[in-house]
Amino acid sequence: MVKQISESTDGEYEFEGVNFEEEVELPIANTSEGPQEMFLRGGTEENELRREKGSVLRMSEGMILDSGDVDIEISEDETMIINMGPQHPSTHGVLRLMMELKGETVLRTKPVIGYLHTGMEKTAEGLSYIQGSTNVTRMDYLSPLNNELVFSLAAESLLGIEVPERAVWIRMLMSELNRLSSHLMWMATNGMDLGSTSMMIYGFRDREMVLAFLEKVTGLRMNHNYIRPGGVAADLPDGWYDDVHAIVETIPMRLDEYNDMLTGQPIFRERTEGIGIITQEEAISLSATGPLLRSTGVAWDLRKDMPYLAYDQVEFDVIVGSVGDTFDRYAVRLAELRESCRIISQIIDKMPSGPYRILDKKVTPPPRKRIDESMEALIHHFKLFTEGIHVPPGETYVAVESPRGELGCYMVSDGSAKPFRMHIRGPSFVNLQALPTMLSGSLIADAVAITSSIDPVMGEVDR
Amino acid sequence: MIEVVLRDEKGSYFPSREQYFELITELKESSFEFLSDLCAVDYLGNESHTLPDGVVPERFEVVVNLISLQDRERVRIRVQVPENDCTIRSIYDIYQGAEAMEREAYDLFGIVFEEHPDLTRILMPEGWEGHPLRKDYSVGRVPVQFKSSTSIR
Repeated sequence: MVKQISESTDGEYEFEGVNFEEEVELPIANTSEGPQEMFLRGGTEENELRREKGSVLRMSEGMILDSGDVDIEISEDETMIINMGPQHPSTHGVLRLMMELKGETVLRTKPVIGYLHTGMEKTAEGLSYIQGSTNVTRMDYLSPLNNELVFSLAAESLLGIEVPERAVWIRMLMSELNRLSSHLMWMATNGMDLGSTSMMIYGFRDREMVLAFLEKVTGLRMNHNYIRPGGVAADLPDGWYDDVHAIVETIPMRLDEYNDMLTGQPIFRERTEGIGIITQEEAISLSATGPLLRSTGVAWDLRKDMPYLAYDQVEFDVIVGSVGDTFDRYAVRLAELRESCRIISQIIDKMPSGPYRILDKKVTPPPRKRIDESMEALIHHFKLFTEGIHVPPGETYVAVESPRGELGCYMVSDGSAKPFRMHIRGPSFVNLQALPTMLSGSLIADAVAITSSIDPVMGEVDR
Repeated sequence: MIEVVLRDEKGSYFPSREQYFELITELKESSFEFLSDLCAVDYLGNESHTLPDGVVPERFEVVVNLISLQDRERVRIRVQVPENDCTIRSIYDIYQGAEAMEREAYDLFGIVFEEHPDLTRILMPEGWEGHPLRKDYSVGRVPVQFKSSTSIR
């Protein structure tokens, strides 16, 4: 009895002349391992068949089709425009990159922003100086204390007042801790962008340690509204020294681990070294600041070069890179974390005592107890919260070094209790301009690493 | 330094619109190689707009902040821009970093920067009408109706 097996067009096997109801005598092959029964094709399990169909994907690399053999005509000078974002996990918020590609190479890029624009500069014109810091703290949501700081410094510069020594040092402690949390967050997200998910978990773990302390002091993990014109909202809580001491003891040890994990890892280095290079001249002419500028070798840090608060009384180094690539920006931030720990450990030893806010009744409200016993204090409290602080007319520009670069505030007052104009110079907003220069000529796969190395916070870019 | 550029006691420069581009060029050559910030202010309704003698106050002002990296010094340039001819020369040719800042000022104030490579809206949607940071641009409001509620008293 002849059994013919043929394959039909839809890929299923038919057995001609075979009636499955009948008993079929199957041949027995003699192999080196003894006689083996041969089964019909139809008896093969479905999952076995699927394995076979998928085998084309498991071809060895040598067997993969040469792209030159494919008969599709692509002209030499053809480019493609592709949109990355605004909803893309690696764009850190709602950043859209319009990229012109030739093959896999990026030719031109245009960052398209504004998806998070909420008109915070316009809102600021309707808020008094006391309310203002609740508004600015929401701009750069990863370093809110720096935003509050620059707003308060601008208002104080117009008022012509100087805050007490302890307030200055508390502000410095808090903004330096904020730099730690912001850079740790960057380490986490950058690790995630480059495929190191362990780094993401570790970065968030350490950031949480810093945020727990910020919460203890200010009551909130983010958007603290702690630094206000005239000083800070409250004194440091009991036991603050031990908490901060624990942070500056732990973080440098963890940084050693991250250094081993990332710097010593060949894949990480290959994905960052020589990628997204920007030269000194380009960085300066594009107004880039912060780690982006320092990675090119320009030792420009406002804390050192134009000291504010009491940064001239602490010792620290300005970290610079040499090549200006993505790896340098990583290395600068990693070393800046250590420098911040160094600054913080000096601050906690030098922390002076005294009032934590200015004792000027026209600027800061009187203590709650005084309101019950003093008519004058009650009037001051009432005037302050109904009218606000009256700031003399004028204009000022104040800048601080936020974790991302120069964070400036241009403030114009017309003598009323609300700023006439408040402009924030966001470092992320300006640094994003350098992206087309850095991306040009690189591969699209590196676009993620390069964008991440700028560390843009879209809340501040769009404001 | 080019002639008749007025300065106030803080050291800010008050060039006219014609002198502006030339002054910035000269300042860049004299070590102010870093553009820190460029923004605009709408002085509509500000009675305290004080300027040195000889500067005619106008509605808009373009404010430029420069840094000298060597001397660790800042300088501010304030240019008056009239309402009926809201144009000023772009400084993109001197500082490429001015691109986004000038686009922002154009978007939010409607000040036209001549010879800017790509003067389009940057923060607001492309088809938006009006320039939101102008003082006569209404923010609008949602009416709130206070409903009577049954009090426990």
